[in-house]
Amino acid sequence: MSNAAVRINNLGFTYPRQSVPCFNNLNLEVQEGERFGLFGPNGAGKTTLMNCMTGLLQFSEGSIQLLGHEIAHHKKSVNKLFGFVPQDFSFYQELSPVENLAFFGAWSGLQKAEIRNKTAELLEVLGLTEVRNKKVEQFSGGMKRRVNLAIGVIHNPRILFLDEPTVGVDVHTRHAIISYLKKLNEDGTTLIYTSHQLSEAEDLCNKVALIDDGKIIAHDTLNQLMIDHKEDGLEGLFLNLTGKSYKNS
Amino acid sequence: MFKLWSTILKDMRILTRDRLGLVFMFVMPIVLALVITAVQNSTFEMLNTNTVPMLICNRDTGDAGKQMQTAVEKVGMFSLKQVMPNVSDKEISDRMHAKDAVIAIIIPADFTQKLKIKADATAKKALKNFGMQAGDSLVADTGNVQPITLLYHPVLQESFRHSINGALRSALQVVQNKEVLKSLYFALNETALPDSLEKDLINNQVGIVEIPVSRDGSRNIPNASQHNVPAWTVFAMFFIVISLGGSVVREKLNGSFVRLKTLPTNYLVAIISKQLSYLFITFIQATVVFSMGIWLFPFMGLPKLNLPADITGVIVVTLICGWCAVSYAIMIGVFAKTQEQANGIGAVSIVLMAAVGGLLVPSFAMPESFQFVMKLSPLHWCLEAYYGLFLEGGKLKDVILNIIPLLGITFAIQLITLFGLKRKNLI
Repeated sequence: MSNAAVRINNLGFTYPRQSVPCFNNLNLEVQEGERFGLFGPNGAGKTTLMNCMTGLLQFSEGSIQLLGHEIAHHKKSVNKLFGFVPQDFSFYQELSPVENLAFFGAWSGLQKAEIRNKTAELLEVLGLTEVRNKKVEQFSGGMKRRVNLAIGVIHNPRILFLDEPTVGVDVHTRHAIISYLKKLNEDGTTLIYTSHQLSEAEDLCNKVALIDDGKIIAHDTLNQLMIDHKEDGLEGLFLNLTGKSYKNS
Repeated sequence: MFKLWSTILKDMRILTRDRLGLVFMFVMPIVLALVITAVQNSTFEMLNTNTVPMLICNRDTGDAGKQMQTAVEKVGMFSLKQVMPNVSDKEISDRMHAKDAVIAIIIPADFTQKLKIKADATAKKALKNFGMQAGDSLVADTGNVQPITLLYHPVLQESFRHSINGALRSALQVVQNKEVLKSLYFALNETALPDSLEKDLINNQVGIVEIPVSRDGSRNIPNASQHNVPAWTVFAMFFIVISLGGSVVREKLNGSFVRLKTLPTNYLVAIISKQLSYLFITFIQATVVFSMGIWLFPFMGLPKLNLPADITGVIVVTLICGWCAVSYAIMIGVFAKTQEQANGIGAVSIVLMAAVGGLLVPSFAMPESFQFVMKLSPLHWCLEAYYGLFLEGGKLKDVILNIIPLLGITFAIQLITLFGLKRKNLI
């Protein structure tokens, strides 16, 4: 019985109508309970890798297992195991937080009573109770981020994929989101996270991987990587490993 | 089932919060049915009850010219405006350009004289054929009667001009027949035709009884509402493509779709929900438009819409038409890449299908080459099914031959949609 939350073996993926593969023989393992950060320059393949892990992109070679389940074979049943918080606002702006959570809760496989209880809990924790019946389109960016996060965790996923969950929010909201994510992790949820906020990543992640040009160039605990590369922060490590020139790919 | 119900609830919430979309879905068909019925009704009324202004210039000094004028009056289709005999043709044209009248007739100066010559010649020929000798009183034919000139304004549609022409020919025939009769009578009896006999002979026409063909034996004359309300209801149902096609594209393009794809529910649930939600909307659309036809139209001076006796038939046909319209809209939404594409392709294709389907031009008037294309238009079968119920007084079994192809087209659209969803890895 494996305790890997995510196990990627020899992953190969090429976008349609492109000759150069995005990934070739990529291997990665994330253990259950980790707060795992995936970092890299723009176009390095972070979002593509996350989309492969969540089943949004179908890969041609290799395998991806989530908690021991092959996602290519059991896609819809495997989907119950994880939650996804995309970078874009992924909900209906015309609906209120309660209505959004009711719909996405049902699609996540929850029953009415479970949705009701979980909705009340999430709105309270994320400070949205007062505006629970207002249309989300009237919300600020920070409030929308919190709604985005609430929908991703309504079904208590064992793995939570987060693609830049704090982009464009103020310090208070960022702090609230990071605190909530840490609490989720303490309760047993594995976090797989990408961001350009490296200071935030230092605070949140206990294990990181750096990806560049479709390859994992470093993968270890943050402390060990600092020691290995004689750096005192993630930003220095990042520049050390990926170079200081512009990345236009 | 809970997932489907939650999705329907979500779709209905989004739908009811889009006020502009609702206005478009409900007000547009009402306005369309109202305006087109009013316009067509006024055209019918103009043809059937109102009169067309006509200038008449009688340059003839004899009886035939006056008789012609009386015969034209008796047609009942025209309101005559007298023009003095010395007014020139150009002046008459100028008055027509000034919209004084849309048609004018000019009776030539020697009309009576020429008509008498023509009548005598016809009588002489008839007597000869009967083996009788014509008297000297009958004059030999010396040429054609100068034709009555009909001037018409170019705005008059060809079909209307033909009906005016027919009415004038009928009036002219009455005058000609009277003259021939008089000549014959005089040749045989050497006395003038008595007035009473003249009236009996001329007015003893065989009447025509008009009976609309109906399946239920009723003799309700179809009015503009019976024609237009079902037709524009079908059009409005299919025009839901703007709202529904756009909704599918919006969902595909915005972030919510990405999340839906990562959840343990098949996207088919969303498609079924949209079908059920919007089917309900199309049914409400039809109910609202039919209700307007029944209760609002009479208040506005328009003919009342008479619902067919087979209400179940109307409900079944409405649901099947709605399902086809919704399926078509979803197909457009699945294949369109942007909302602009969905709106543009959706709107243009519906107008085209309406045109070839008989909504804009009656299907019997469609050119031979379009008959096959017409049968591919789902709007054609919807319209035929409704007309079978509303105009022919038929029952559901009478329109089954229209429903079967409609269902066939709907299943084909559904299959194409499923293929599109599969190809795009959405299901």
